Amino acid sequence: MTNDNRPLSPFHHYKPQLTSLLSFAHRLSGIALSFSAVGLVYWLMLLADGPVALDRLAILATIPGRIVLAIVSLAFFYHLNNGVRHLFWDLGMGFEISRTYLSGWLVLIVTVLMWAVFWIAISGLPGGQV
Amino acid sequence: MAQLTLPANSKVHKGETFAAAAGAGNVRRLVVYRYDPDHEDNPRMDTYEVDMDSCGPMVLDALIKIKNEIDPTLSFRRSCREGICGSCAMNIDGTNDLACLRAIDDVKGDIKVYPLPHLPVVKDLIPDMSNFYAQYASIKPWLQSQTTPPPDSERLQSKEDQEKINEPSACILCACCSTACPSYWWNDDRYLGPATLLQAYRWLVDSRDEAAGERLDQLEDPFRLYRCHTIMNCTNTCPKGLNPALAIAEIKKMMLERQH
Repeated sequence: MTNDNRPLSPFHHYKPQLTSLLSFAHRLSGIALSFSAVGLVYWLMLLADGPVALDRLAILATIPGRIVLAIVSLAFFYHLNNGVRHLFWDLGMGFEISRTYLSGWLVLIVTVLMWAVFWIAISGLPGGQV
Repeated sequence: MAQLTLPANSKVHKGETFAAAAGAGNVRRLVVYRYDPDHEDNPRMDTYEVDMDSCGPMVLDALIKIKNEIDPTLSFRRSCREGICGSCAMNIDGTNDLACLRAIDDVKGDIKVYPLPHLPVVKDLIPDMSNFYAQYASIKPWLQSQTTPPPDSERLQSKEDQEKINEPSACILCACCSTACPSYWWNDDRYLGPATLLQAYRWLVDSRDEAAGERLDQLEDPFRLYRCHTIMNCTNTCPKGLNPALAIAEIKKMMLERQH
């Protein structure tokens, strides 16, 4: 007996775990970086055009511009660090549950540290005052 | 195609509440997914108040008590009640587990019980596992060999070789891991899922099996193996403490190694 009208059992209530959230964040940050790669190319083209074209970059110094840069840079450091975590997994290392949680927290902490150091460093550059 | 939202016929409605008898002191509430194929109604969540003073310690004990004493229409699979048959796999308090191994005291507040996620529901807590079993069969889960066995003995294994298949052989095919995997939810028609891949690994590392090449050929596919993105829900939820994610990573390594 088959019933074509069988309901699909719910799945949205599945309890989020650190591991699954980090995996989701890896995908999201990857998507964000794909789009910002286009922006990066545009930025390089403006640099090649010389000082006049640089005026267009003033938009990055506005508050919304800085928020976008903050998010993109956070995505970059997260994707980088979690990518290293994936490389260890590809070697078959760190699959014990305790280690996946340890590496997950480590990635989060290192990401925030790198992000903070990055912003402190560039705020010291000319034109970088927040 | 990925099913990101529940179809209209699958949206879960509020159901009835079966209050505990007056005078019951130690009451726990079980909120249970119900679906009756004989009616057109959508699935609903019924609430049962269970008197724990006359109930065993596990979620399965409470379900059996409900079926025996409160509502005989409640349907669920169960058999061994000691974690070796895999029948009572279901979603309890947000994660997949065997109802017979999950203690009620380990769950805070209402105990929410759903069928295994993202499967067609036959009735109540009973999902249709046909696709899961067909996928398991597709990896030919038996010993394949070209050579004839020794005339006077079985095909023998060293202790070290036996230990390689020890853990993956302990899988009871309860499907907790596969139905915990978001990747399996979105691609259950093409991705084999953690349970089946753990079994594929079990035969790949068996020193007596001689079909490793064909087995890897069959898995060399953008979906069957490579939809694993190391989300780790499988290993996190396995009631037997096995590690399907590691087995999948080992298969991916075998794929690379045989290219050199």
